[in-house]
Amino acid sequence: MLTIENLHATADGKPILNGLDLQVNAGEVHAVMGPNGSGKSTLSYVIAGREGYDVTEGSITYRGEDLLAMSVEERALSGVFLAFQYPVEIPGVGSATFFKTAVNAARKHRGEKEYDAMEFLKLVREKRAALGIDDGMMRRALNVGFSGGEKKRNEMLQMALLEPALAILDETDSGLDIDALKVVAGGINGMRAPERAMVVITHYQRLLDHVVPDKVHVLSGGRIVRSGGRELALELERSGYAGLGLEPSAAA
Amino acid sequence: MASRRTIPFEYPAPGAGTAALPGAGLPWLDALRAEGRRLSADGLPSTRLESWKYTSLAPLAALDFEPPAAPAEALGEADLGLDAFAAADGPLLVFVNGRLSARYSRFDALSQGLRIVGLAQGLADDPAQVETLIGGTAPLNGDPMAAFNTAFAADGCIVETEPGVDMEKPVRLRFVAAPGSEPLAYHPRVIVRLGAGSRLTLVESHEGPAEGVTWSNPFVDVQVSERAALSHVKLQVEGEGAYHTALTEAALAGEGRYESHLLALGARLARHEIHVRFDGEGARCDLRGGYLARGSQHVDNTTVINHAVPHCESREVYKGVLDDTARGVFQGRIVVRKDAQKTDGHQLSRTLLLSPKAEIDTKPELEIYADDVKCSHGATAGEPEADQLFYLRSRGLDRRTALALIVEGFMGELLDEIGDEPVRAAMAARVAEWIGEAV
Repeated sequence: MLTIENLHATADGKPILNGLDLQVNAGEVHAVMGPNGSGKSTLSYVIAGREGYDVTEGSITYRGEDLLAMSVEERALSGVFLAFQYPVEIPGVGSATFFKTAVNAARKHRGEKEYDAMEFLKLVREKRAALGIDDGMMRRALNVGFSGGEKKRNEMLQMALLEPALAILDETDSGLDIDALKVVAGGINGMRAPERAMVVITHYQRLLDHVVPDKVHVLSGGRIVRSGGRELALELERSGYAGLGLEPSAAA
Repeated sequence: MASRRTIPFEYPAPGAGTAALPGAGLPWLDALRAEGRRLSADGLPSTRLESWKYTSLAPLAALDFEPPAAPAEALGEADLGLDAFAAADGPLLVFVNGRLSARYSRFDALSQGLRIVGLAQGLADDPAQVETLIGGTAPLNGDPMAAFNTAFAADGCIVETEPGVDMEKPVRLRFVAAPGSEPLAYHPRVIVRLGAGSRLTLVESHEGPAEGVTWSNPFVDVQVSERAALSHVKLQVEGEGAYHTALTEAALAGEGRYESHLLALGARLARHEIHVRFDGEGARCDLRGGYLARGSQHVDNTTVINHAVPHCESREVYKGVLDDTARGVFQGRIVVRKDAQKTDGHQLSRTLLLSPKAEIDTKPELEIYADDVKCSHGATAGEPEADQLFYLRSRGLDRRTALALIVEGFMGELLDEIGDEPVRAAMAARVAEWIGEAV
């Protein structure tokens, strides 16, 4: 599904990723953990195609195609989804209006019939109930004035509606209380499927209590320095990043 | 004598026919018009005049205008263009080239407690009543454009509500320039009087042919009595050759409310000037203006809010979307008199620049003579935010769709404040149409 080889990337001319390798297969959930400043968010932005990040070396191959040659929207339409750490507020744009535009853009791209208002309403009603999102939230402007938890649930709803092949979840657990964390984790688990891959980027292991990963990677200094199974996350929980001989996190 | 603060401008053009104005021969009106002519003979305001610093009327001064000779009753329906607010029923007054058209107007929906009279009709039927409305208001106020209006207004209307009535349906005023008789100028005078505790929505639209040179110079004179509320909606969609210089003056009695909802899309050059004066305590005004301009269009919003008494609130939000080499101007002056304690005034100008060559000039002026007041102003201008574009594109929207959504949302926030739903929807549709063509 996703093959990253020897990825070097800079942000504002500053090297952030320094030879990152990662292989994620369909049906797998990978956790990428690391201290602050290790390059976690940069990795997610480079995959999604955000401006301001330059890939200086290496490659990202997605379903056999050169992902880096694709525009932001081409990546999205071909099934790459990024759940933002900080979802962006879009004043004046109703959430429901936006979701319908996005879902229909994807359907059109796949050569499927676009949903009309009624069909879409039905689809949303199914998906939002599981995430505890009420109709009032759908009528509000996208992310505007949403609480941290609402923003993250809103990201999960978009993932559920867009049904991506590859989902990158950037610190989806940050800023959530335990109840919200469980709801979000339920949303993620509900999306696990043999044809879908997920990369869960997180600082803490607590999300992984609820979303059990197939593989765990530790990112440090812009490279994957260790990979393992779920036990690696538990080891990190016990000894911290310092215990792995990595620089201590500023936030820890 | 013309000073450097004015641009010489002979109006009507030399040799142009002078149409008979209604009410000619009424001594008070003759005197008022003579005063208007005397002031307008100075010419048009130049950019040396502080309040016209960013808007040059030189291109207007270079044109030869004729006042429209006769009411254009022979005009075909197609010439009127589409009625943007067709879905909003209620009384409709259609002005063709500045004169009320009985043929296209619709008085049948008049309700109790509402009086609407054409200005020319009013001068013929009951000149004394018009005199009490116009004669005493000293509308010249040294305003150069009001002087032209006073001297040359050939028609207009009077809209009055009785105390306590709540008009559910909006009153609509359509000003349409008919194609074929340009260059053409008209100066409609609109007088709005709200009785104590009454409520009204007034929808004013200015339309014209896509091409052809026109100058519309409306003066809307509003008085809101105690506890009355006016929602004043204005849509300006004149053609590419149009000049639009509008002045609205609103005076508010105690606990009166005035809301202005402007959407300006048309004209080569448009100036929307609004003056609000608080005469009674506890009053509030909300001025909301949206403008979208492209090509070499020039849109000027100038507001003056006069807090003359304590405990009044003013809110202003102006939002512009400028493409190509379009230019926007926002001048917001708030004057708080010495006695106007506990004044609460806020002003905000926000502009999205879609092209590096588009320009906005913002000039806030807070003149505060009282010491216990809350007043603020703010201005932002810039490209659409990269974060917003990235977020929307990361959901599969192409750049154009993402940008259109951002612009629509930016304007939608303003339009959502319009209480009358069919009117709001009609305004939103014009924005969507503009975005569809431009973005």
